[in-house]
Amino acid sequence: MSVYGPVVKIHPVVLSSICDSYERRNEGASRVIGTLLGTIEKHSIEVTNCFSVPHNESEDEVAVDMEFAKNMYELHKRVSPTEVIIGWYATGFDITEHSVLIHEYYSREATNPIHLTMDTALQSGKMNIRAYVSAQMGVPGKTVGVMFTPLTVKYVYYDTERIGVDLLMRSRVTPNRTKGLTSDLSQVGCSAARVQDMLTTVLAYIEDVLAGKVAADNSVGRFLMDLVNKVPTISAEDFENMLNSNINDLLMVTYLSNLTQAQIALNEKLVLL
Amino acid sequence: MASRKESSAASTTVMASTSGTLDSPVKQIQIEGLVVLKIIKHYQEEGQGSEVVQGVLLGLVVEDRLEITNCFPFPQHTEDDADFDEVQYQMEMMRSLRHVNIDHLHVGWYQSTFYGSFVSRALLDSQFSYQHAIEESVVLIYDPIKTAQGSLSLKAYRLTPKLMEICKEKDFTPEALKKASIGFEHMFEEVPIVIKNSHLICALLWDLEDKSTVADKHELLNLSSSNHLEKSLQLLMDRVDDMSQDIVKYNTYSRNLSKQQQQKHQYTQRRQQENAQRQSRGEPPLPEEDITKMFKPPQPPPRMDTLLIAGQINNYCQNVKEFTSQNLGKLFMAEALQEHN
Repeated sequence: MSVYGPVVKIHPVVLSSICDSYERRNEGASRVIGTLLGTIEKHSIEVTNCFSVPHNESEDEVAVDMEFAKNMYELHKRVSPTEVIIGWYATGFDITEHSVLIHEYYSREATNPIHLTMDTALQSGKMNIRAYVSAQMGVPGKTVGVMFTPLTVKYVYYDTERIGVDLLMRSRVTPNRTKGLTSDLSQVGCSAARVQDMLTTVLAYIEDVLAGKVAADNSVGRFLMDLVNKVPTISAEDFENMLNSNINDLLMVTYLSNLTQAQIALNEKLVLL
Repeated sequence: MASRKESSAASTTVMASTSGTLDSPVKQIQIEGLVVLKIIKHYQEEGQGSEVVQGVLLGLVVEDRLEITNCFPFPQHTEDDADFDEVQYQMEMMRSLRHVNIDHLHVGWYQSTFYGSFVSRALLDSQFSYQHAIEESVVLIYDPIKTAQGSLSLKAYRLTPKLMEICKEKDFTPEALKKASIGFEHMFEEVPIVIKNSHLICALLWDLEDKSTVADKHELLNLSSSNHLEKSLQLLMDRVDDMSQDIVKYNTYSRNLSKQQQQKHQYTQRRQQENAQRQSRGEPPLPEEDITKMFKPPQPPPRMDTLLIAGQINNYCQNVKEFTSQNLGKLFMAEALQEHN
């Protein structure tokens, strides 16, 4: 049985999808389960998509709608043929006996599935996002059991995803959790403000080191050197020239596009005469 | 796009019992963070190159807001039996989603775009069929290249009521457009978007921020602009060429029309002269012949394409201007930084 390297990379889509399906669960259901889709590489598993599967859970038995799971997987496969079933998720704090049964089912679908748990009820005050792989344990031939060994969880983003998530992060501070999409110069302003914040943090650290409150760290010092040297030293004249030519380009393009817009507006008026 | 019309008609029969047609147009769109992430992921994984990726938006209408709560992507059109598969795929998907309590009301569709070029006949047709079937539907245009430059670019468009009327009549002659006084600015109306997250997702976001590293790529503050400007201007030039060809066509048409008017005029005059001469000679006048049958009026060229091209050019110009204004700001910031050196 192949054991994967201990890294599971999760995309934020998966997590918010799980939260969403938890919020929409049926009355009386204490947790939701679903399938995880993704890709397997040599030393890591990347979880890129998921969908929830309806199931019924009571004290002694658990029923999972397997037909549904198969159907959904087929539909998803048509959109992204590279994604395979790599495991399943469940919300809730702990792993129950029912999880073992469900895990067994999923091991029929995928080799060595991973099991992801997410504490959506926030029992411990945090959303513990954990991943497990099952391993056989016990005495062979006699009582054999299954043990879930934890794996390391990392969050990965595509570049564009990162930008999307940053925007979502900004929405969580407003009172009614909404955020409009800004455009134009204000975005540049926001970005610059963020860099400024980061610089203040770094400056505070430097002040502390100079005042002797914090021990100086060599690696941090090297990073700071890099940072200061990144601003290139160009002679003032050269920089003026570069700046002016760039500004000229931009202004020319603005002028041209304004001209084009005026042109088509005129054309419109003439035709409608 | 015929398949899409069928699918939207089919979906309305599914949800006819649950949705009512509202008369008030949509004033604001509220999107959940999940939808944004899904759209980004879909393009990232399946849409490399200049292929457009499309998908369906699900949600509900609350007062004058359109809430989009979920979405699912459409597979690419690669096989020949894609038409049948689309309708079936959509039906199955919505049925399955209903089982897990996801809103299965079809409220619109999304599409990715390449440098802002999305104003096309196909889009118009699709959006018209959607809006005809479902009053409040919108099309979300996601611009991945602009997003990769630092800020999420997601816009929601609807067709104006005037344009809906014209599309219904399918009458694209210049006279009809003149009557409705549609200019390229009146084709689409943009609806403001607001992103809303539930409390649980906010908790998740706080958690994520803790665990993930700080973004090390501040794309928005990138100073290089020539690449993007080049491509945008290239597309703009192509469109302007199309436009000029169209204008030439229209000019020839109007010249032909006026020439024909003159000819008709001359003919009627000659006829009258002849009739007058004949009357003076006492002969019966020649019958009035049907002029229209003799001079067939030239076909007026359909103006829809021109409108679309003009709208597209307008869009490109807007994008370029936004981009340049951002870059000017960045350049001035760089200047300030350099001055202190």
